[in-house]
Amino acid sequence: MGLQSPYEGVAICAPTTVPYVRFSPESAHWWAGAALQSLAQTTGLGPADIDGFCFASFSAAPDTVVGMVQHLGLSPRWMDHIPTGGASGVMALRRAARAVQCGDAEVVACVAADTNQIDSYRQTLAGFSRFSQDATYPYGFGGPNATFALITGNFMRQFGVTRETFGKLCVAQRQNALSNPLALMKTPLTLDQYMSARPISDPVHLFDCVMPCAGAEAFLVTTPEKAEELGLSSARVLATIERHNAFTEDSVQFRGGWERDREALWQRAGCVPEDMHCVQVYDDYPVIVAMQLADLGFCEKPDLTDFIAANDFTIPGSLPLNTNGGQLSAGQAGAAGGFQNLTEGLRQILRCPLGDQVPEAARALVSGFGLVNYDRGVCTGAAVLERQALR
Amino acid sequence: MTRSPLTLLAEALADRTVECIDLTNTLSPDFPVIVLPAEFGQCAPFRMEKVSRYDDNGPAWYWNNISMNEHTGTHFDAPAHWVTGKDLPSNTVDAVPAQDFVAPAVVIDISNEAAADADFVLTRAFLEDWEAQHGEIPKRHWIALRTDWYKRVGTPDYLNLKEDGAHSPGPDGRAMEFLVHERDCVGLAVETVGTDAGQAFHFNPPLPAHSILHGNGRYGLQCLTNLDKLPTFGAMIIACPLKIEGGSGSPLRVIALVERTPA
Amino acid sequence: MTEPLPIPKRKDPLKRSRFGLVPPGLRSRAASEMATFAAQGRFVLQSCDRCRSITYPPRDRCPSCWGTLTWADQDRGARIEAVTTIRHSTDNFFRNHMPWRIGTARLDAGPVAIVHLHGEVQQGDRVRMTLRLDRGGNPALFAVPQKETPNMQDDPQLRCFTADPKHRRVLVTDGRTAIGQAIARALLKAGAQTVFLGDADPLMRYPGKAEIEAQEGIEPVSLNLTDSGSVQELAAQLGGRVDIVVNTAGFVRPGGVAFGAKLSDLQATFDLGAVGLARLAQGFAPAMSARSDDGVNSAAAFLDIVPVSGLSGQSGYAGAAASAAARLSLMSGLRGEMQQSGIRVLSVLTGPVDDDWHQDLPQPKVAPGQLARAVVHALTEGQGITCAGDVAKDLFARWQANPLLTMREENR
Repeated sequence: MGLQSPYEGVAICAPTTVPYVRFSPESAHWWAGAALQSLAQTTGLGPADIDGFCFASFSAAPDTVVGMVQHLGLSPRWMDHIPTGGASGVMALRRAARAVQCGDAEVVACVAADTNQIDSYRQTLAGFSRFSQDATYPYGFGGPNATFALITGNFMRQFGVTRETFGKLCVAQRQNALSNPLALMKTPLTLDQYMSARPISDPVHLFDCVMPCAGAEAFLVTTPEKAEELGLSSARVLATIERHNAFTEDSVQFRGGWERDREALWQRAGCVPEDMHCVQVYDDYPVIVAMQLADLGFCEKPDLTDFIAANDFTIPGSLPLNTNGGQLSAGQAGAAGGFQNLTEGLRQILRCPLGDQVPEAARALVSGFGLVNYDRGVCTGAAVLERQALR
Repeated sequence: MTRSPLTLLAEALADRTVECIDLTNTLSPDFPVIVLPAEFGQCAPFRMEKVSRYDDNGPAWYWNNISMNEHTGTHFDAPAHWVTGKDLPSNTVDAVPAQDFVAPAVVIDISNEAAADADFVLTRAFLEDWEAQHGEIPKRHWIALRTDWYKRVGTPDYLNLKEDGAHSPGPDGRAMEFLVHERDCVGLAVETVGTDAGQAFHFNPPLPAHSILHGNGRYGLQCLTNLDKLPTFGAMIIACPLKIEGGSGSPLRVIALVERTPA
Repeated sequence: MTEPLPIPKRKDPLKRSRFGLVPPGLRSRAASEMATFAAQGRFVLQSCDRCRSITYPPRDRCPSCWGTLTWADQDRGARIEAVTTIRHSTDNFFRNHMPWRIGTARLDAGPVAIVHLHGEVQQGDRVRMTLRLDRGGNPALFAVPQKETPNMQDDPQLRCFTADPKHRRVLVTDGRTAIGQAIARALLKAGAQTVFLGDADPLMRYPGKAEIEAQEGIEPVSLNLTDSGSVQELAAQLGGRVDIVVNTAGFVRPGGVAFGAKLSDLQATFDLGAVGLARLAQGFAPAMSARSDDGVNSAAAFLDIVPVSGLSGQSGYAGAAASAAARLSLMSGLRGEMQQSGIRVLSVLTGPVDDDWHQDLPQPKVAPGQLARAVVHALTEGQGITCAGDVAKDLFARWQANPLLTMREENR
């Protein structure tokens, strides 16, 4: 397998977050429109200026990107629909970047939007996927909590990781969230509170779980020239990977597709994990954060306990992680949760964070993980971003 | 002006010098029916399925579908019921002359004998003794056999079915010959489930009541009640079977008109 | 070992019965097909017609070679790789039954499956896999200890997948036959608290009456399935106290269709067998549905014993077979109606029984004890279709393989 072609003539800009709310009576369409309006405010672009549209959502049914385009008055010459939840940010970026690089589109708006109506979470779960409907959710209907409880318990046993280790990650992310005015969690979390929280599905406890909410995220992919014309700070893409349904032989998931492709990622990026100034990884549960750190090359899994103990994951720390608080503290707005890592990574290197700034941040690792179709996450992806221009 | 018999009857009914006695058991699903050996076809009990009762199947009306055998509950046996009457004219309920539906009755009380012996057999000798005491049985009468058996309805003793068959009183062949040929009875009216005795299958000839009554165009009335309320002579029985085309019998309402002497 | 189930207390009249919910019921067609095997107590997975690889969850094509798939019986062995105790659910049925234990099982047959766990099963254990029907009639994988353990059936989670007679009150509709009596005795032996034993004709003695009525736990009741009033009256008396209905009533007489047949027998067999079944369901199903999840002695099952000839017809017993076919059809309808209420609708298929009406048929015939064992098995396993005796097993297997051929074979 040859090296990935470099992303040339691509600029990512205008990270956009529509403030989350716990419950919303509005639709995904409303939230997508809110994201575009916010994007327009930052960029000055109107519907006619956007010639590419990439969309991700769980709650837009019966519409796909097609319905959304007509609903929101767009007339793009390129569009895509990304149904991969937590991996959708990286995947949208990959597709939009190549479209711009090849001239299929010049200004691509990538939007993820989801609402959270009363009871819509349960309904989304009940019909989430064919396999989960047939073979997971009727088994206690614990939702992802139960599935990740199985994964977490197995991971702890296999690699000697304890709850305290996961707790350190959650506490650090909460610390990061306290500076983010848009984070839903606004009070500090101590390790004691984490440890004594009520059990949800052993060994997953309350603070291992995200809070479902409504919200939207967006960013723009365009050419460096257009970014300059619009006066937007921009970042370049150093490398990306994507892998689906890897390691089907594992009885319980303890690794993701990153492990298969990480070498290609770092080789193309021309750097190593230690060169990253911040890491924004998908964090539906802390076990997945730990899994990504290992699978993406920060340490080996048996060394995770020591690695996590040795690092400080807060914004001023040795490895700033999920600097907006991540989904665990900022909230999980459906598919927008899969864009959050990308918009936050982008904000840090473009020096426009929602909360505190990671000092000297110029490079970010963004990692996505999506879609528990059955007993494990199927979709994985990662991207290495670097500051291009500050304006 | 002489008043017609019917006017007189109407007056008597009005002033209660003539009373109506109901001789009918209530038709209900649990009223017993005759039990034949299991390999024979069986008599269907009374059944009732509601069609509507002021509900969505009929908001303002109540009615039921009912089903039963022709010989269920208080019922009438036409001559065609028995093989001996199969070739007689007018042998089915629809053809029986209406005149026969109204006839006087003579009540022969064998309740003491039946109480002492469930298998009590009514013989010609018994009847001759009875006539010696009460006078001759008039012609064209129902012979109403009072056994007080109706008081056993609702208990296992009504059918009185033992391992060797049913045990209930009834006539033998010679008694039936006497009643039919020498007293020209209209028919035999009983409180038991059949005109024949429970063990009459083993008589010689077998089942003489059915055989002789129906072979001579006479009728049966079964599962009657209240025969103890009738006088020995003078009661008038009104028993009108349903006009079932080609029917062998019919459930029916049976009443008796009885004169009451003023107190 | 499992804690023995407590003897249920009498219901607190001030307490609202817990609503009889069922687990989420949305399933693919493939999963629904899996349910047809679960109903027989078989443990099946899909096997590829081309490459023979075994797959799970239910798929429509083989993930190894894209060949077509066929359900096939599998080795029941498995190892539990991971375990969790779910303490929170957004589904109301499971909320009522928290905590709930599930696990990841590596099946000896190959695939990995999320499974329900018996209380005694722990991470790392070797287990025996069972495929059951859940309360909504959907297929469910349930891991139980490899070897029988004391009170194993009393596991509260397992009990959601069975209609175990233990501590329950059972109505046996016809106790006048040796079969009805054997079933009543077997149910008491299996732990039933009370057997209400139906008598269609209380004024008429029957063989064994004195002995069975003297047995502790037996309560004779008047019940005649051909009489709507009788059924309604008993339902009014017992409706809230009957947890399991076992319909042992039936009317079988020899006879063909055009030859050697009695229409009155045909009517009687339909009136008792088919219409009687509907009367029984109308009388008891509504009250049972309302209390399908109200504790140890919740209402659990409606079971019908039906001649297997209902599947195929049977020469010499055409009317009885036709009535049996009607019963099977009504039971299918009832199963659909009860799926939302959590009451199991179970059929026990039987070959000719060893009674007065099958004197001329050759052996093997089903003895009352055999039928009683099948009934107890169907209830303790919550199994939708159970064959009692070799004739039923043979015919059912032939019918599954080729229904039209079986109909020919049984009608010549």
